[in-house]
Amino acid sequence: MSLESNFNRFVEVGRVVLLKAGRYAGHIAVIVEIIDHNRAIIDGPTTGVPRQAFPYRHLTLTPLTISKLPRNAGSGTVKKYVDKSGIVTKWESTAWAKKRAAAEKRRTLSDFERFQVMLHKKSRRDKVRKVLKAAKA
Amino acid sequence: MARKELVPGIGRLSRSQVYARRQLYKGRKTGTAPAKPEAPPTKEVQVKGDKNGGARLVPTSKAPRFYPAEDVRKPKKSRKSAKPTKLRDSITPGTVLILLAGRFRGKRVVFLKQLESGLLLVTGPYKINGVPLRRVNQAYVIATSTKIDLGDFKTDAKINDSYFAKSEKKRTRSAEDEFFADGKPKEKEAFPESKAADQREVDKVVLGAVKKTEYLVKYLNASFSLSKGEYPHKLVF
Repeated sequence: MSLESNFNRFVEVGRVVLLKAGRYAGHIAVIVEIIDHNRAIIDGPTTGVPRQAFPYRHLTLTPLTISKLPRNAGSGTVKKYVDKSGIVTKWESTAWAKKRAAAEKRRTLSDFERFQVMLHKKSRRDKVRKVLKAAKA
Repeated sequence: MARKELVPGIGRLSRSQVYARRQLYKGRKTGTAPAKPEAPPTKEVQVKGDKNGGARLVPTSKAPRFYPAEDVRKPKKSRKSAKPTKLRDSITPGTVLILLAGRFRGKRVVFLKQLESGLLLVTGPYKINGVPLRRVNQAYVIATSTKIDLGDFKTDAKINDSYFAKSEKKRTRSAEDEFFADGKPKEKEAFPESKAADQREVDKVVLGAVKKTEYLVKYLNASFSLSKGEYPHKLVF
């Protein structure tokens, strides 16, 4: 008896990856060609990542793929496919990307802005508490 | 004996070593030594012999037989001079600072100007967080990116370093006697009215500017502290 695997996030040509280390950490790129079990050629013509070999241990696979991206396509072709598939906006609309953006935003807040966030959170807690109390009663 | 000086003007012993050797920790000698009776410059000496005139005036201290071989060594002149303290670029009039040391540590205050001594003149404002006009060292301060627009406000020139100098008081009795006059602790001296007026005058401008931004009064009133997982070197101020 064979069970079909439900695993579908593979390292494959056209897979959108998030870079975890190096100069381009935090950017996304597309796998263009698989070199071996350690590295792949990635390219991100619209995300500021130049074409390069990149180790798998320094990237994360996202659920997004560009379907039918030809193997070992040049930067120009990759750009065409990336633009056509609208993969960058798709990535930006994922909860994952939004969370990352929010965390980054929080990191760069100034002391006064952090203080304002604290005030807003406080008032939200207060409102929730009051509504909850009214609902319970 | 070892030389007293390494080179002219630089002693063999450090200041604290001299202090220890001279046993200065025993307390400084005060009062003047009893004046020695001044020796007369010459004295009369009886000289024997017929042809020697009987008595002669002889100087009490003999003149040295030789001139000093070398001229007196002059101490070396120090060509170093203290540079004026450079104000950090991130600190400009109106910048909100976080105090890190002293009685008001953790308070957020407004920077007014740098004084001659290099210290920073700050104010709470007093009405918001209780920090008066005060001098702080910029090393004990975090400069935030929050700036209050003070316009072309200039702090009064009379508020300088000597403005903060303590008035000298004669201490006649022991500190304890002074504190407990007639068996009761002495009453606190009132804050001088002129200084209170200066404080009000400066704060009027600062307060007006602070109130223009929402939450800023609350912000200045709140103390700064680090919570779990917050590291000052990783924070943006």
